[in-house]
This record gives sequence, structure tokens and C-alpha cells, in this order.
Amino acid sequence: MGVAVSVQQVEKRFGALTALAGVSLEIAEGEFFGLLGPNGAGKTTLISCLAGLARPDAGRLAVLGRDVAADYRAARRLLGVVPQELVFDPFFTVRETLAIQSGYFGIRDNDTWIDEILANLDLADKADTNMRQLSGGMKRRVLVAQALVHRPPVIVLDEPTAGVDVELRQGLWQFIRRLNGEGHTIILTTHYLEEAEALCGRIAMLQQGRVVALDSTENLLREFSCHALSLRLAGGAALPASLANLAAGQEGGAWQLRLPDFTAVERVLAALREAGIAIDDMRLSPPDLEEAFVRVMQRGRGA
Amino acid sequence: MTGFRTLLWKELLRFWKVSFQTVAAPVVTALLYLLIFSHVLDEHVQVYESVRYTAFLIPGLTMMAVLQNAFANASSSLIQSKVTGSLVFVLLPPISYLEFFLAYVTAAAIRGLLVGTGVLLVTAGFAPPGFAAPLWIVVFALLGGAIMGALGVVAGIWADKFDQLAGFQNFLILPLTMLSGVFYSIHSLPPFWQRVSHFNPVFYMIDGFRHGFFGVSDVSPLLSLAVVGGAFLVVSALSLALLKRGYKLRN
Repeated sequence: MGVAVSVQQVEKRFGALTALAGVSLEIAEGEFFGLLGPNGAGKTTLISCLAGLARPDAGRLAVLGRDVAADYRAARRLLGVVPQELVFDPFFTVRETLAIQSGYFGIRDNDTWIDEILANLDLADKADTNMRQLSGGMKRRVLVAQALVHRPPVIVLDEPTAGVDVELRQGLWQFIRRLNGEGHTIILTTHYLEEAEALCGRIAMLQQGRVVALDSTENLLREFSCHALSLRLAGGAALPASLANLAAGQEGGAWQLRLPDFTAVERVLAALREAGIAIDDMRLSPPDLEEAFVRVMQRGRGA
Repeated sequence: MTGFRTLLWKELLRFWKVSFQTVAAPVVTALLYLLIFSHVLDEHVQVYESVRYTAFLIPGLTMMAVLQNAFANASSSLIQSKVTGSLVFVLLPPISYLEFFLAYVTAAAIRGLLVGTGVLLVTAGFAPPGFAAPLWIVVFALLGGAIMGALGVVAGIWADKFDQLAGFQNFLILPLTMLSGVFYSIHSLPPFWQRVSHFNPVFYMIDGFRHGFFGVSDVSPLLSLAVVGGAFLVVSALSLALLKRGYKLRN
């Protein structure tokens, strides 16, 4: 597998604000890659640099080996970007918008592919509707369609599901997953961490313009999150002393325990049995990205 | 090439879809100027011996329409797509800054020429235009439209808000066109203002254009061509330099 996106020591300042403070990462072809971070961490700036919308103060970026500055025509042809802002040109219908966007990429007769995109994004019956008359969710779909008109091998989605209803979100992910299955590299930024966890094979976390974590989703979960066990004990009993080191407090009368892995459940149950404590209710939750994210960010702040 | 052609097509569609406002309205404005000024002044003013004031006025009004609409097309398209953010659709594709420049300037010039043609058609009944030297008419109309299109690109890139653009329009474009001999020959001005007018490139655009109709003008059409051609090169160079740098477009 080749390198789809290469980012080397990229720095970008806006006046006194450092948006990117030396970011380096590589994304392989065919990856479903997540770019996470709080607002202002530099995600969108990084995407702008990759797309040629912003010019980095230092460092290099390349799409499939094509430098985004020196070889910008080739690089832009290989990249499809769904911008974060819900923007549209109010003069045109959906079909006109997509035909024009195809033309910008040098493609003249693109109707077959445009129809396929429209069908997949559930926009077929809106093809001749003016952009102004579409709902927010519909406009978002058109933005996705515009990024795909030239069949880019690398697709960047900058918070594509902000303000989008559940049905569309699922439809959108189905389509994007299919594209990923067909070999397209996907780069996703989102604030919905459960989406990133479900979709992304590898994740970079940005904080104040720096990469503070970069690993497979699995490894990030293992390292920064753990199984959580919620226990409601009969008669409001206290936890046996042997379990004190696992306890993370009490919530609504239930003990919250953090387990290094799921096999620790056995130890917990054995200790309770030994102490003669009955269990009223028990819930086990798997590690989740939200916890991992929060812990990575806390570590980054030196907390 | 397809990128340029598509961007040009999009720019043409953009104004054509609202042509009532972008083509018909300025034609009506020019017609109103003609009705009022010719009614008031036709009996009192004679600029060139063989030319009635109404006939004298028509080429000036036509050129003014060409210039103002060419400027308005490029500048308003850019500021609108900058303010709404839809300019990103043009910035993401592999369109070179030269293609970008040519598309916006050509579309602007075409809108200017379209409005100019409209003005000529609706005013023809008032004083049949002579076409003494038609080549000059075409050359000055094209160059005038292109200059103002290129200037519109500069203004559209520079302005962050609509009122900044309006300032550019009201304090630069409008005075330059109004004080350029649209309504009078600069020979009727006091010597000081005559000299000032000679520094206004729009004066040469209108004077050269008018020469194409009557075969007479305030200065030689060759001098006008030199000044207008020079202005085109200067404004284009400025516009291209801004686009190449990505000034205010690619941070």
C-alpha cells in the first residue's frame, strides 16, 4: 500500500495564533482515518493546507506523492473535500451544481456518475431543485456529492454529519464505507466520537496544533480507556476492601469500577461472593473512544 | 481548458439567470439618462459641429454602461461567493490563477457588451448612430469591458464586506466614469479640469469609443488606444499578481 497523504512538519500561524505547530503524519492508501480534536485544535487548518485553501508557513504536504504546492493540479485532482461550512451557490439546481463542479475538474460528460452519486445520497428526486430550496441536511448531501464528482481516490470529510438526521447519517456512512471498500482513502473529522470509533481504523488526535496521539483505534482504546463495571449492591452494602483499588466512586447508589480488562470481572464477583454480598444490578460497558479522547486531552494539558 | 470554460459558463449563467436585474435594469437606467439629458440639453449644447447633443450622448452612455456592468459582474460575483463561502468550490479544483482571471474577466466583458448593445438598440430611435469607424467601437468596447472586469476582480478580492465594495464603486468607479466626458466634451471644461481629465483612463475609453461613431474626438484614437491598452496591462498585471499570491483567497 502506498502513502495516500503525507504531512511533514507542517506549521501554520495566523498572526499570533499558532494553528499548526509542526504536524507530521502519514495516511496509507485505503485507510479510514480519523482526525480528532477539540475546536481550534487545527483539524480544519490541516485540511485547508492539504486542499490548497491555506498555505503552510513551513513543511510539506502531498496527496499520493503529489506535492500540494508544486504539483497542485495533480494533487487537487486526487483529493475530494467536503467542507465543514454549509455553503452553496444559490443560482443553480443540484444537477447544475454537480455538472459545473465536474467541469472545474476537467470532466465534461459526467451524467452517469452524477446520477449514481445522486441515487446513493438519496438526492435523485431533488436533482432539478434549486439549491436555495433544499433543507440543511439536503445541502450537506450535495456538498458530499460535489466532493465526489471527480472520483477522488482520497476523500476528506470535515464534520460531515453536523446537524444531519440519523437516517441520512446512516445512509451517508453506508455510502462512504462502500467507497472505502472500493479502495478510496477516507479522512474524517467529527465531534461524534462513537462515529469515529465505529468507522476509523486509525486515529490522530490533535491538540493546540500538535499531534498528541496517533495509533490504531484499537490501541487507543486499550491504552486510554477500560471496561467500566457498574454494581448496585443489595442493602446498599459497601465494597469489600480488596476491590477498593478498582473503585472510581459511586453514582446514584451504584459503585463504579474500572477494570483493566474484562477478565477482572471474575475477581470482582469472587470477592463479593466471599464477603457474602448479593448484587442487585450489574452493568459492564466496553472501552469507548470518548473516554480515551478525554484522557489523551488531559494528558496533553499536563493534568 | 475545461476548467476555464466551465468557470466562464458558470459566470455567464450566474448573471443571465437574473438578467432582468443585471442586463435589463442598466439598459433602462441609460435610457432614462438619455431622455432627461437630451430633453434638457439638446437645444443648448453642440459639442461637435456635425453632431447633435443627443447623438453625442449615446456612445458615452453606452460605454458607461459597458464599464459599470463589467466591473459590477466580476466584483459582485467574487464578493458574494467570498461572503457566502461558495468560492471554495472554485478554489478546490485544479483551476490555475490564469484560468480564473480569464474566466472572470471574459464573463464581465460579455455582460458589459451585452448591456452596451442593449443601450445602443433602445437609444437608436432617438438619434440614429453613425458608424464612422466600427473597428474602434469594437476595440474600445472590448478593452473597456476587460479593464473593468479585471478591476472588478481586484476589488472583489480586496473587499471583505459589501460596503467596502460599494465604497470602491462609489468613490472610484463612479467618479472616474462620470468625470470622463460621458455627458460633455472635456474641451468645454476650464483648463485645469481638462488637464485633470487627461489623467483619467476612462476619458480615453469613452473618447476612443466615440471616435468610432463620429470619426471625431477630443484626442487622437491612437493616443486613446495606447492609454487604454496600457491601463489594461497594468490592471491585469495587478489582478494576476493578487490571484497568483492567493491574496485573501488562500490564506
